[in-house]
Amino acid sequence: MEQDLSAPGIMTSQLDAAIGWARKYSIFQYPFVTACCGMEFMSVACSHYDIDRFGAGFPRFSPRQADVLMVVGTISHKIAPVLRRIYDQMAAPKWVVAFGVCTCTGGFYDNYSTVQGIDTILPVDLYIPGCPPRPETVLEGLMLLQKKIQAQGRRA
Amino acid sequence: MSLELSSVKADLDAFCGAPLAARGTGFDTVWTVPAAQAHGALERLKSRHGFNMLADLTCVDLQGFGKETGAPSPAPAGARFKLVYRLSALDPATGLLNARLALDAWVDGDAGPVSAGDLFPCADWLEREVWDMFGVSFSDRPDITRILMYPEFVGHPLRKDYPIKKRQPLIGPPDGPPRERLTEADLRPRIVE
Repeated sequence: MEQDLSAPGIMTSQLDAAIGWARKYSIFQYPFVTACCGMEFMSVACSHYDIDRFGAGFPRFSPRQADVLMVVGTISHKIAPVLRRIYDQMAAPKWVVAFGVCTCTGGFYDNYSTVQGIDTILPVDLYIPGCPPRPETVLEGLMLLQKKIQAQGRRA
Repeated sequence: MSLELSSVKADLDAFCGAPLAARGTGFDTVWTVPAAQAHGALERLKSRHGFNMLADLTCVDLQGFGKETGAPSPAPAGARFKLVYRLSALDPATGLLNARLALDAWVDGDAGPVSAGDLFPCADWLEREVWDMFGVSFSDRPDITRILMYPEFVGHPLRKDYPIKKRQPLIGPPDGPPRERLTEADLRPRIVE
């Protein structure tokens, strides 16, 4: 790149940042809610904690229209292929959030029926521990994810 | 309670050819019937005594019972699984509960009695659950299928000898590459770049 890019009207160095800025404040999320963490997810989504302040308040119930897959709650082996299919149906760029300790590691469901962490079936971008996580924890995680989206980082 | 269980007991004793072992009173009455006669007993209870609802059918695995406490096992010699039929007698006019009864049936090995599906249609799913979780089969249902676990699952998870740490190979090999993941020490969200 020996080209002189300083000519007026060219702003290549800023485009990534602009796209990242636009993406991180317009997260369309797919809530894959299977268990009690869903209650905490609702309180994050509703007006007390208001996830919409971060531009992530818009749930889409079609994976085709979603950017962030929020996996909220225990994933059993039986539902795991469904979750994987939903992930595969999402268009890139896409990000995955493991919400709650069951999705992170299986949690205390160390048994025959529970997937021991959804990272055994999907690439996970953000882990949010807690049983269930406090809304503040979720928002802190969301800000980490926004930082990653701004930097154009993604795993898939 | 408008139903006299003592007369029902006398009828069932006559049917089984011997007095049934009984415990509990009132709504908690439990009688032990031979597994081979369980279906006949259920039919008699339904047709003659108004026990028109099978509230539950489940199983108990008593392998290793009393291993630590030394308590004597209630299982007869050689028996391991016990089927429990829970019946209710609902008044046809009012729908109120007249009586409640449980039947215990000790199973020979893991070969269970004939299905009760012809008397109570709900027994279909309950028997599939018993098969799925305990591996107790029903003699006239050779092609019974799992109901809760997926078809690839091997074994019966609620048996006492199912290893508590056993993992099924549905999702990837158990010795796959290590993953960047959360540990118990993590209390804050973690992002993976």
